[in-house]
Parts: sequence; C-alpha cells; structure tokens
Amino acid sequence: MALDVDLVSPERILFSGEAEMVVCRTSDGEVAFLTGHVPFLGGLGIGIVRVHLVGGDVVRAAVHGGFVQVKDNKVIVLSDVAELPGQIDVARARRSLEEAQRRAAAGAAGGDGDTGEAEADAAAARIQRAQVRLELAGQAEPARH
Amino acid sequence: MAGGTERVLRRRIKSVQSTKKITKAMELIAASRIVKAQQRVAAARPYSEQITEVIRSLAAGGAELTHPLLRQPQEVGKVAIVLITADRGLAGAYNSNVIRAAERALKAEQDKGRDYSLVIAGKKGEGYFRFRGYRIDATFSGMSEQPTYEDARAVAAEVTKAFEEGDVGLVHLVYTQFLSAGTQRVQVRQFMPLDQAALEDAAGGDGPQAAYEFEPGPGEILARLLPRYVEARLFAAMLDAAASEHAARQRAMKSATDNAEELIIKLSRVMNRARQETITTEIMEIAGGAEALRQGQSAEVDYLPDTVVHRDVLPDEIDPSLRVRSAR
Repeated sequence: MALDVDLVSPERILFSGEAEMVVCRTSDGEVAFLTGHVPFLGGLGIGIVRVHLVGGDVVRAAVHGGFVQVKDNKVIVLSDVAELPGQIDVARARRSLEEAQRRAAAGAAGGDGDTGEAEADAAAARIQRAQVRLELAGQAEPARH
Repeated sequence: MAGGTERVLRRRIKSVQSTKKITKAMELIAASRIVKAQQRVAAARPYSEQITEVIRSLAAGGAELTHPLLRQPQEVGKVAIVLITADRGLAGAYNSNVIRAAERALKAEQDKGRDYSLVIAGKKGEGYFRFRGYRIDATFSGMSEQPTYEDARAVAAEVTKAFEEGDVGLVHLVYTQFLSAGTQRVQVRQFMPLDQAALEDAAGGDGPQAAYEFEPGPGEILARLLPRYVEARLFAAMLDAAASEHAARQRAMKSATDNAEELIIKLSRVMNRARQETITTEIMEIAGGAEALRQGQSAEVDYLPDTVVHRDVLPDEIDPSLRVRSAR
C-alpha cells in the first residue's frame, strides 16, 4: 500500500499522487514518512521535500516554511512558497544569495541591538532560501545547515 | 445646411464605431480573463481546504485553540474594514456596489459608537473614500486583476498586526463573491477574530481522533498555522473579487457594445434620411430654377433691350410743324 501525497501551495497543487516515502525537513530535523506512520503534524523549515514515487523516481520541491500532516496514509504538505526544480530562476537565486551574504557580512560588522539581530535573521533566512533553491536546481553544493 | 447635418452625423457614426471597437475588445479580454480567474480560484481552493483541515485535526488532537487571532475582545473600540475593489473602472456597478456595502458597514459601526480603520485594496475604493474625507489607514493597488499570494500576504500582515496589537477589536472583510459568470454577490464578513466554532466544528463531529505526534508542539504549530489561514482566506477573497471584476466588466462592455451597435443603426437611419432630404431639396431647387427660366422666356420678351423697338419709346410721328419750327 502506498502513501497518498498532496503537495499544495496557495496558488496551485504542485504534486498529487502515490508515493512510497516522503522526506521533509521539519523544524527539528529531517523526517521520513512511510506507510503506517502514526498521525503526525509538523511545521516545515526551509528545505527540500523529497517524494519517492512507487516506480523509484523522486520528485523534489523546495519549500520555504509550511506544514506537513500525516494521517491514514495520507500525506499533505502545505507550503506558502513551494517550487519544483523547473520553476527556479537560477540567476535570480544566485543574485539573491550574493546580496544576502553581503548584507549578512555588513550586519555582522555594524549591527547593534534588536534591529541588527532581526536583519541578520532575515539575511540568514534569505541565504538559506537561495541555497535551497540552487541545491534543488542542481547548481550548487548541498547547503549545510 | 442640409449637407452639414449629414457630415456631422457621419462623423458621429465614425466615433461610435471606434468606441464600439474598444468596448468589444475589452469584452473579449474580460471574457477570457474570467476563465483564467476561475481557474485560479479553483487552484487555490485545495490549500485553504487543507489548512482548515489541519487546524481542525489540531483541535481534535487535543491542542487548545488559544491564539491572539482567536481572542474575542471584551469591548470593541475600533473596527477595521478591509475592502477589496478594482483598480480600474468600466466594470459596471462592480465597484460602486462593493464600496457602498463597505460604507454602510462603516456607518453601522459608527452608529454603535465605534471608531473605524479602513484598509483598501484597489484604486477605485481608495479614490472614493479619500474624496469623501475618510481616514484611510492602508491602501494596496496594482493587483486587483491578478492577485498573487504575496499581495494577500501583505494585506493580511497589515490587518493581523492591528488586530494582534489590540488596536482594532473586530475586522470586517468586504468583497465580491463570485458565484457564476452571471451572478456575483457583495459579501460583508467578519474576518477577525477567527470563527472558532467553525474551526472546531468538523473535529467535534468525528468523535475521538487518533492522537497526533506534534513537531514542534501544538501551540507553536497553531501559532504558525493561523496567520497562514488568514492569508489563505484573504487570498481566496481576492481571487473571488478578481473573477467578479472580470465578469462585471465583461457584462458592462457587452451592453456598451450592444448600445453602440444600436446607436450606429439609429444614426445611419437619420443620416440616410438627411442625405435623401438633401438630394430631394437639390432636385427641387433645380426643377424650380428650370421652371422659373422657362416661364421667364415668355414673360420677359417685352423687356429685353434688343427687342425693344425704337418706335415704342420714341414716337416717330412727331409733328412736322414742330420740327420745322425747331429747325428754323
């Protein structure tokens, strides 16, 4: 028996079908779901969701936050921003990465108080998003978290 | 001036014809966009359904539904109204209907002695309320025809902030619901605090649910879920409004095109009659002139100089005696 998987973003359904295994990164680390998993509800971090299809193929999507619900062998992945490899603008992701890195560096040098911290967090999240995008598009080394 | 009328009418018909071309084009564009907008509404539905489902299972799984967005305020001092209108006009009564509903809701709250806060999406609504001197707290534009999730998120962030800080105790959402291409209905709904009963409803009916594993804890998940739920609801409303806008525009442009067609037919009739009249008048003038000429020929004989006989003017039988006398 296979898992029934729906990968849904607010604007459309990215993927819907059967799979053997779904791997995603929750806020505590990576989790893999197989059939018969207990009901599970988790928040997703920034990372790649891998859906291992029955035939052996793998569907990968970059998600930036979101939720995963598992119940009765049905996996629902909800994400505000989710992209399949074909939708990623590599040049833009790379530009974003460079820009964010520059900001992070500038923030580390002259940041002070809460604003500096918030800015550093935003920059870090941006770097992570860009890295995940590039990783998914196969254009960069896997991001280290 | 008969020829003048005809020229004026011809010019008028030309202008109506070019107007008709424009309205026809707008009608066709709107018609094709309705379909696209409907598809977007349908595509967005799974997400909002699933997110509601997740919140329900969270409630069923024993998580306590406590969150600033669910808090029922003791006393409401200020009410926020989120209004979704279009950026452009030429959409029949679409804008005025939804704007009027918002103004009514606002007046009703004022009658209860509450302050208001206006958050408007779409230039038309902004223009209306600004012109009438209302205080507008936030405006968003440039997305009424094809709203993206990002747009919804921006609007939601603005409203959520005001609500969570306790600045406003109640949020109404005023938008146009798309029922079908022929029917759209203005909706005034309570947007915040979220309707807790509706969220728990289905969960209660299912009886005891399987115990969920949570990661992170249920409270934290809920805190992350509810803002997304708000965004999804607002996004759905914006998509509905966009579809309604296109439907309203298509109808308005269709009747404009029909009117133009009718006007062209009417004007051409008047123009043809005017032309006919000109021709008739011309013929009458020519005929009249010819007739006058013909009649003149017999009547004027006596007066033409070359036919005047000298004798008629000067009596040739002058008394010879006089002549002699004068010669002498």
